[in-house]
Amino acid sequence: MNALIVEKLRSFAPAAVLQTDEFRGDLTVTVARNDIVRVGEYLKNDPALAFDMIIDLLGVDMYRPEDRFEVVYTLYSLKNRKYLRLKVRVDEQDPVLPSVTGVWAGANWHERETFDMFGLKFAGHPDLRRLYMPEEFEYYPLRKDFPTMGIPDSLPLPRR
Amino acid sequence: MHVRPSDDPNRKSRILSALEDQDASVTLHDPLDNEMILNMGPQHPATHGVLRLLIRLDGETVLAAVPELGYLHRGYEKIAEASTYHEFIPHTDRLDYLSPISNNVAYALAVEKLLGIEVPERASYIRVLVSEMSRIASHLVAVGSMAMDVGALTVLLWTFREREKVLDIYDVLCGARFTTSYARIGGLQQDWTPQCSAMLRRFLDEFRNDLAEIEKLLETNRIFIDRCENVGCLSRGDAIALGLTGPILRAAGVPRDLRRDVPYFVYDRFDFNVITLTESDALARFYVRIGEMKESAKILRQALEQLPAGPFRAGEPKKVLPAKERTYTRMEELIHDFMLINIGIDPPVGEVYQGVESSKGELGFTIVSDGTGHPWRLKIRSPSTNNLSALSTMLKGAMISDIVAIIGSIDPVMGEADK
Repeated sequence: MNALIVEKLRSFAPAAVLQTDEFRGDLTVTVARNDIVRVGEYLKNDPALAFDMIIDLLGVDMYRPEDRFEVVYTLYSLKNRKYLRLKVRVDEQDPVLPSVTGVWAGANWHERETFDMFGLKFAGHPDLRRLYMPEEFEYYPLRKDFPTMGIPDSLPLPRR
Repeated sequence: MHVRPSDDPNRKSRILSALEDQDASVTLHDPLDNEMILNMGPQHPATHGVLRLLIRLDGETVLAAVPELGYLHRGYEKIAEASTYHEFIPHTDRLDYLSPISNNVAYALAVEKLLGIEVPERASYIRVLVSEMSRIASHLVAVGSMAMDVGALTVLLWTFREREKVLDIYDVLCGARFTTSYARIGGLQQDWTPQCSAMLRRFLDEFRNDLAEIEKLLETNRIFIDRCENVGCLSRGDAIALGLTGPILRAAGVPRDLRRDVPYFVYDRFDFNVITLTESDALARFYVRIGEMKESAKILRQALEQLPAGPFRAGEPKKVLPAKERTYTRMEELIHDFMLINIGIDPPVGEVYQGVESSKGELGFTIVSDGTGHPWRLKIRSPSTNNLSALSTMLKGAMISDIVAIIGSIDPVMGEADK
């Protein structure tokens, strides 16, 4: 199955597939940032693959000079009972990537969470607000340069 | 001339001036021809924790609803990055605090997938046992509190009486009723004992009748049925598109159950049905949960029957904590214990995702490892967050009194939703 997915993706968009990894039987396909919506639509609508559910979407701060962030999409195919991970690399200087809410509506809150925690902006998201932290919070807590103990006074107590 | 209070034109302005005296700035319009914004929660008994809802109402009809999360956000994913793989186990108790023990074993399973270790068969069976027990315990709360929200208080007391019995077994098994921390990487904290088997058998014998009683009380309750039927409907397509999992998805006609579809532990050895209904309303979700409890009881009986003898921890001394008595008496084990506690396991570089079917839906952990003893990134895929994201769709067009029934049918646990 993994080989079939890679083969189909490579023939659909040869330039979009940057890298494929397999670890413990799980396939991860790294996709060019601007092709994620196109690849997502293909994976969802192709009758043989049918990745119709988005299970999870997460940001990772790799803390490296280039392509600092990674966004990982965990997809699931009800038909094939199969998981697939897509990965997109995002640079710190330009932390914008296309939103996949148009492909899978369930990505909505996941993208809000990733914006909240990493400051990655999803272009085309209908309602990109913070999910957990207060609106006026200035930092992105899951970035590696945010200290685990927090920043004093970054969360003001409500005035009485 | 006598003026009735409601016709008195000065009455409204007197209310207004009284309000303004209280240091509030309010504008009052005629409530009958205006939309109203209602703030529900975070301190509301029917929101099952600290969920906040902002609801736009036209009379009694909900026009739009926006859930607000984060009142219980504790930053577990950040904490995980600063702790070793073992140190994070107690935090998983506090995710879905209604079924802590199944979170423990789910997390341990994810780490084992990263490390590439197999747990002994007995440990897998015990994990099935505790997962199904926690599914029953959690569904009992879901059923009871949903019934309470729509006015049938007795059921809550009955379901909690049953739940107590499950918690008593936890108590004997691992010494804690709620915050169990029962799993260990590569095994379990303690072995399953014959006493646990006896307690569980007694519970299962009684549970059949007790569940039937609970069912009878609700199935013949006209108010309960009327308040739940055709409430909070969601189409099959919407449920899939929104990434919903668990009883809500199965009540919408999608027979997705990871225990059968992507088997983990030893679930492929048991005979059970995936309860699926098509009505997709609050009542269908209730019936799915009732059915799942019966299936869980079936799995529990089979697992008790098949439970093999043998070790309950994997024989991987560099990765799995040694038994405590050996740590205190043997040099080798002392060194391993010291290294595992202070430096942590040395996993390979890589990333894994492992999802399990918890009582609320798919609970998953994505672990990104950089080869050190701490996870570089640990993402919790919590079913409650995902299921709550469908709340605005379900609430649109509902009546204000349906809100509590719909929230109850989603069965969110805010500890898990807010992470």
